[in-house]
Amino acid sequence: MNPFAMLIAFTTILIKEVTRFTRIWQQTLVPPAISTLLYFVIFGSLIGDRIGQMDGFDYMDFLVPGLILMSVINASYQNVVSSFFGAKWGKSIEELLVSPTPNLIILLAYISGGVTRGILVGLIVTGISLVFTDLNVFSLWVLGSVVILTAVLFSLGGFVNAIFAKTFDDVAIVPTFVLLPLTYLGGVFYSIHLLSDFWQNVSKANPILYMVNTFRYGFLGISDVSIGFSYLMICGFIAVFFVISLYLLSHSRGLRA
Amino acid sequence: MSYALKTTGLAKTYHNGVNALKGLDLSVQEGDFYALLGPNGAGKSTVIGILSSLVLKSSGRVEVFGVDIDNDFPKAKSFLGVVPQEFNFNIFETPLQIIRNQAGYYGIDRRTASERTEKYLRLLQIWDKRNDRAGHLSGGMKRRLMIARALVHEPRLLILDEPTAGVDIEIRRSMWEFLRNINSAGTTIILTTHYLEEAENLCRHIGIINHGELVENTSMRALLRQLNLETYVLDIENTLDTLPTEWADFARLVDASTLEVDVRSGQHLNDIYDALSKASIRVRSMRNKANRLEQLFVGMVGKAPGDKP
Repeated sequence: MNPFAMLIAFTTILIKEVTRFTRIWQQTLVPPAISTLLYFVIFGSLIGDRIGQMDGFDYMDFLVPGLILMSVINASYQNVVSSFFGAKWGKSIEELLVSPTPNLIILLAYISGGVTRGILVGLIVTGISLVFTDLNVFSLWVLGSVVILTAVLFSLGGFVNAIFAKTFDDVAIVPTFVLLPLTYLGGVFYSIHLLSDFWQNVSKANPILYMVNTFRYGFLGISDVSIGFSYLMICGFIAVFFVISLYLLSHSRGLRA
Repeated sequence: MSYALKTTGLAKTYHNGVNALKGLDLSVQEGDFYALLGPNGAGKSTVIGILSSLVLKSSGRVEVFGVDIDNDFPKAKSFLGVVPQEFNFNIFETPLQIIRNQAGYYGIDRRTASERTEKYLRLLQIWDKRNDRAGHLSGGMKRRLMIARALVHEPRLLILDEPTAGVDIEIRRSMWEFLRNINSAGTTIILTTHYLEEAENLCRHIGIINHGELVENTSMRALLRQLNLETYVLDIENTLDTLPTEWADFARLVDASTLEVDVRSGQHLNDIYDALSKASIRVRSMRNKANRLEQLFVGMVGKAPGDKP
């Protein structure tokens, strides 16, 4: 396949992915908007006023970056896992697998679909947050890069989950039992400085903590962790998941006997 | 001689230990209409799976138009169009979306893809349903949709895995006509089917797989010549209680107005008709008791093509 043909294959898959999640916007774009709105109302406006300040900022200002990134994580993960597993379950993935489209292009296109939905949901949530607070941007470059890298990483996570999943229950297990606890304990709602030394160290084993803090740094200029180390860690995870995904695409028994 | 497909020592052992293919040597000439037959579980779908990359071979070599799949599988795939046994499209998409997307996966630009989509949907008589959800199409339309999808990149080798299963006879015959036409236009076709009448009507060469091995690979004509005996069923105008005793070795009464007659190789139907005329038996209609290919097939593999292994 020549590069132009690969580009056509890539855009075909990407357009198909974007068409899919925008066609069912009531299931893909509205729920994160509603749940984040509730988070803002309850934790930000109602309870947040009583909490006061966190790391020197109003609780609402502290909360917003974490909630935006949480919605990006969930949206990018859910997009790839549901789309790829759905195609695998309905066997329509064979349309792609029998074609000469290289595995690399298939993977990049699915990641791009997840990133597109993640960013779109992130923008919607950011728009909602503007109703509750004024957002100050400390570093646009950090914000943009972290949101894209995080969406890439969790799109890859969704891809691996989809390849291993045999039933729709398997698709729900990771978001419920892994993603949700890691996100909630990843510094979205609090600074890890509130924790004892032991739990601070435990928290530092949670990769989502680094993403949330780096993203918050892009808004507020503060972070519980080293920004450089965060980038290194996110890129490291991306590299590992990327290689695993490519290998599974070629060899997984879930796709090829 | 150039081959559309050539497999050498192709073997597949699944992770559960099943030896689906045991060193299959198969060659299909360019431009051929080839029937790949075998009972359920014989290994036909495994061969197709390996060709379409959905099954990873254990060993052996596969060449598609001279391209070794181990050296350049994407190029080999670009020559192939596969119509699988089971429906494998997104039921929420429309035929237009399904065919255009498939063209995109082969790197065909949007304009050409649109033109070919219309061409093949019209040829396969589902253009009127182009904007319906694929899940709402009838079984026959779904089969034709998969054929259109397999053709959109205009492959040199089309592989059809039971394309007419569950399709009514009228549509089946129109599909036969369509397949004959694209074969005449130069596309090599490999067909697996449980309708042996279909294979006999369409195919010039035939391969029979049993237990993962090729037990026959010859021309349809040569294979049918192997038949030693054909049995015909005659509907007669008269009603008969008994047959002449000298007919005992070649004819039987099924009921008062139905006869079964055996014709051996080298014998002519005229001899039978002469005997019937002398006995003043008038024949209203005549048909083969069993499909000729089916008789041979059962003789070779010990069961009919749809039987369970």
